[in-house]
Amino acid sequence: MSNELTRRTFSKLAVAASVAGTMGFQVPKQAKAAAATSEAGWKWDKSVCRFCGVGCGVMVATQDDKIVAMKGDPESPVNRGLNCIKGYFNAKIQYGADRLTKPLLRKKNGKYAKDGKFEAVSWDEAFDVMAGKFKEYYNANGPDSVAIFGSGQYTIDEGYAAAKLMKAGFRSNNIDPNARHCMASAVAGFIQTFGIDEPAGCYDDIELTDAVVTWGANMAECHPILWSRVTDRKLTHKDMKVINLSTYTNRCSDLADLELIFTPQSDLAILNYIAREMVKRDAIDHDFVDKHCVFATGFTDIGYGLEADHPKEQGQTHRGKAGGHWTITFDEFKESLEPYNAKYTSELCGVPVEKLKELADLYCDRDKKIISFWTMGFNQHTRGTWVNEQMYMVHLLGGKMSKPGSSPFSLTGQPSACGTAREVGVFAHRLPADMVVANGKHRAKSEKLWKLPAKTLNPKVGTHAVKMMRQLRDGKVKFHWSMVTNPFQNFANANEWIKAARTGDNFIVVSDCYPTVSAKVADLVLPAAMIYEKWGSYGNAERRTQHWRQQVKAPGEATGDTWHLLEFAKRFTLAECWKEQPLPGVKVEGSPDGVLPDVLEEAKAMGYKPDQTLYDVLFAHADMKKYEWPDPIADGHGNDIAEHFGFFVQKAFWEEYRTFGIGNGHDLADFDTYHRVRGLRWPVVNGRETQWRFAEGSDPYVKPGEGFNFYGKALKTIPHGGPKGEKTNHAGKAKIFFRPYAAPAEEPDAEYDLWLCTGRVLEHWHSGSMTKRVEELNRAVPHAVIYMHPKDAKERGLNRNDLALLESRRGKVQARIETGGRNRVPRGLIFVPWFDENVLINKLTLDATCPISKETDYKKCAVKISKATA
Amino acid sequence: MSEAFSRRSFFRGGLSGRGVAAATAGGLGASYVLDMAKAEGRPTRPPGARPEEHFLATCTKCGQCVEACPFGTLKLATAGDEVPAGTPWFEPRDVPCEMCEDVPCARACPSGSLDTQINILDASMGLAVMTDQENCLAYKGLRCEACYRACPLLDEAITLDMKPQERTGRHAYFLPIVHSEACTGCGKCERACVMEKAAIQVLPRDLALGIGGDHYRFGWDEEAIISRDFVAPTSSPQVIDQQGVLDSMNDLSGIEEAP
Repeated sequence: MSNELTRRTFSKLAVAASVAGTMGFQVPKQAKAAAATSEAGWKWDKSVCRFCGVGCGVMVATQDDKIVAMKGDPESPVNRGLNCIKGYFNAKIQYGADRLTKPLLRKKNGKYAKDGKFEAVSWDEAFDVMAGKFKEYYNANGPDSVAIFGSGQYTIDEGYAAAKLMKAGFRSNNIDPNARHCMASAVAGFIQTFGIDEPAGCYDDIELTDAVVTWGANMAECHPILWSRVTDRKLTHKDMKVINLSTYTNRCSDLADLELIFTPQSDLAILNYIAREMVKRDAIDHDFVDKHCVFATGFTDIGYGLEADHPKEQGQTHRGKAGGHWTITFDEFKESLEPYNAKYTSELCGVPVEKLKELADLYCDRDKKIISFWTMGFNQHTRGTWVNEQMYMVHLLGGKMSKPGSSPFSLTGQPSACGTAREVGVFAHRLPADMVVANGKHRAKSEKLWKLPAKTLNPKVGTHAVKMMRQLRDGKVKFHWSMVTNPFQNFANANEWIKAARTGDNFIVVSDCYPTVSAKVADLVLPAAMIYEKWGSYGNAERRTQHWRQQVKAPGEATGDTWHLLEFAKRFTLAECWKEQPLPGVKVEGSPDGVLPDVLEEAKAMGYKPDQTLYDVLFAHADMKKYEWPDPIADGHGNDIAEHFGFFVQKAFWEEYRTFGIGNGHDLADFDTYHRVRGLRWPVVNGRETQWRFAEGSDPYVKPGEGFNFYGKALKTIPHGGPKGEKTNHAGKAKIFFRPYAAPAEEPDAEYDLWLCTGRVLEHWHSGSMTKRVEELNRAVPHAVIYMHPKDAKERGLNRNDLALLESRRGKVQARIETGGRNRVPRGLIFVPWFDENVLINKLTLDATCPISKETDYKKCAVKISKATA
Repeated sequence: MSEAFSRRSFFRGGLSGRGVAAATAGGLGASYVLDMAKAEGRPTRPPGARPEEHFLATCTKCGQCVEACPFGTLKLATAGDEVPAGTPWFEPRDVPCEMCEDVPCARACPSGSLDTQINILDASMGLAVMTDQENCLAYKGLRCEACYRACPLLDEAITLDMKPQERTGRHAYFLPIVHSEACTGCGKCERACVMEKAAIQVLPRDLALGIGGDHYRFGWDEEAIISRDFVAPTSSPQVIDQQGVLDSMNDLSGIEEAP
């Protein structure tokens, strides 16, 4: 600092420079120079936010193996340097005082015991016990007795390693992600409607649209940066309209021109009302519909995904064939909509006719470009697949689809629900790039790309997440490993599963970074590295794939989840896994029913040896090892996983993984490219990303002259007129489904007299395991509260701030009442966020699911409330 | 609302809560005010507290209000606090007031220092002020607004002003604005602020609020202003200094060049 700068000048500069350091403001040269000196040792690198599915870019600064600063990435097209406050605190999530740094095993008298206490053990002991228990169950009960519960927060390489280990190595399809609770209905809606997963449009639609309608999506709090974009569009585009549909008033209503608060489940009827109005007013884009769509419907008596003996499931003939559907004529479609007139719909949903009409007016306006956004309100729904399909029904009828500014857009809640869980196929029924285990051609292609003997892959769909817990309780699943998620806090009807895990004949492994509810319920805890402690990649909701480099080392003995999987794989030989396996219900050509064939002979013919490990064959074969570490793309950054295994694991996995999607509508760029750009939206063909899929001129898979082509291949050959009708192929077409209203699985009654809806708040993310450890976020919202209508409270003798006892048929919790605040609920409904491990609200929720997608409805069950006795 | 026409009760019934005078103060000035408030021993008192002089004169330091507070918000000042020892106060950044509907602290006061009949919505413990817009995350364009969502009178005491962000060209600002007519000074906003040091703080109302001239009305909000606090101008009748006018007229110094 030069002499002529006075003390006062200095202090002013210091303030200006620190502001600039976080936000990239224009600062005077002197201040810049002063900051440059103090920040000289910092290394900045691009990365992504750890939290929601928006996928904001961040820049991370490190010095001496510590994250010292962070900023929103000004070059990111998603957020242009901005963040929400969760993103603002990314730097702090890894530095909680209670990070897990050693494997922890329940022990008694020096040995593993289910009723023992956690003790720190070596990685060797952890894997010895873990592999021992796995083999005990696997050898006795076969591939159906083991399970991995994965995550939409897995990096892509982690999800890929987990799926490959389970499906190709252990030949078990019992791997399912927490995205089952989050996105499964969206997936089923996409596959049934378009034959391919994920949104057609992108975030750019926001700056091009005339209207945004939010359906069961509290974007203002849960997708804060996207909502900032919606708000900007509203403020700068004079005719822009915003409509918010929800079962309670949330912060989206601040911006909305129109708010529709509807009775839970009646969204099904509202969408049919809109379609009926479109037909009646002839607001249909006939040319688009005739060329590119067919009409369809399916079974209605499909149940609620509850257990078979539940009274609600009785007489539900097609609960096992819930996804079955067939084409119908336009006249049949029109006739099916007939009951959903304004009066009937209004009575069902509790929304005045005038408001319904205003909503229909918008969708009927041929000149308006519209984005419909939805998240958990649609997906977590006992008719989640249907309601997703109904949204497409409305957009397809109006031709408001795959066009700049017009998009039905399914948002995601997790940073890589799309990139990992869905695209990699970390589901019980999926393989990478939208392929499925039940399809012989898909298995054959996967076996070829994975260099497996024919018939290695198991054709029987595995247990989905909810069933996995039920089977854990029933003693069928005996080894349960969860990674990058918190199942014992996030499963509905949690008491049942916590009890099963703690008392059953089973072994529960949890890979985790903090002592979460799930870690505490486990038998073995593997300490995990967090996001910036490893290389990784995520895919956001607009199909944007983003990669990052390792920034710092993980603390203590914590390692990345890929490391957990690969080290575990070293403990199994081909002889143990690729032998003949008992598998009730499986049918493989050339083998007796209920048996997975021995593939060791063919393996030998391929050059494998029976005593080679799954690690050798699946993860460290010669093609993988040709990706050497170090690699110039690292630009000086470390890679603890590559150092340990001796090759560039993440790059090797990426390059193998992307072979699944090339030429298949799922094209991804090469590894190095993603380290030079701010993400790319797939399909990426000839170095060009895709903004609008299915649209000529934007999507390379649509040929000149086609206009639109809904080229997804799945479920295109279906019967006509009924389940047994003649089958026709509808290649290139999207389906416009008619789906009726169906009553919810549980409704308030005389005893349990209130609806319970659960959800999130802006300050916390998911189960709060990270955000609760950021002091500032925890101080901002320290507890989950019960949002309740003041009159409902008064009637029960309750006041704001009273500690209340909340009970359902399944469990109870205590929390304080809030009759004002950010969420204003209607009478008869309460809202409780689920982030708080001290208010385990999922002890109360009902494990009813959409019977097609198997996704739980966290938005509707019946509860009662009373004053807690101290 | 039981009391008719109390200051805020009326405001709440009669106005939307938007478009009224906002309580904000710029950077250093406000921290200076805060320091001054502390130096003068003007702490955040329980709801219903009488004006500070009256309060100090009557408070018997019995501690019953502190005893009655269910949330541990209130405490008795001890030697070393910048508050007269033994009197009840609270520090919103540590434990804010939860605004109990039945106001047990005030109801418990035996000395009249606290208004035992206070409606919590009319409490005036202080006024939340955006003391530092320069560093507030929302004013930078980040999606924070933790203070807004923490406000028990959200959309009344704190509203969000939305503005386009020119720098990005595609995002909006969500700016928290405090409304003195509704704010009780509970301090939930100050507590919730995610900054290391809060950018929104509760200040004594009289220090925080400016006073505008009697002579001017905001044209777009005239009706509201008049119905709430219209006071006829109080200036004395105009007295004109005739001699002064003449003297001024005859004074050409500085106008006419000296000969």
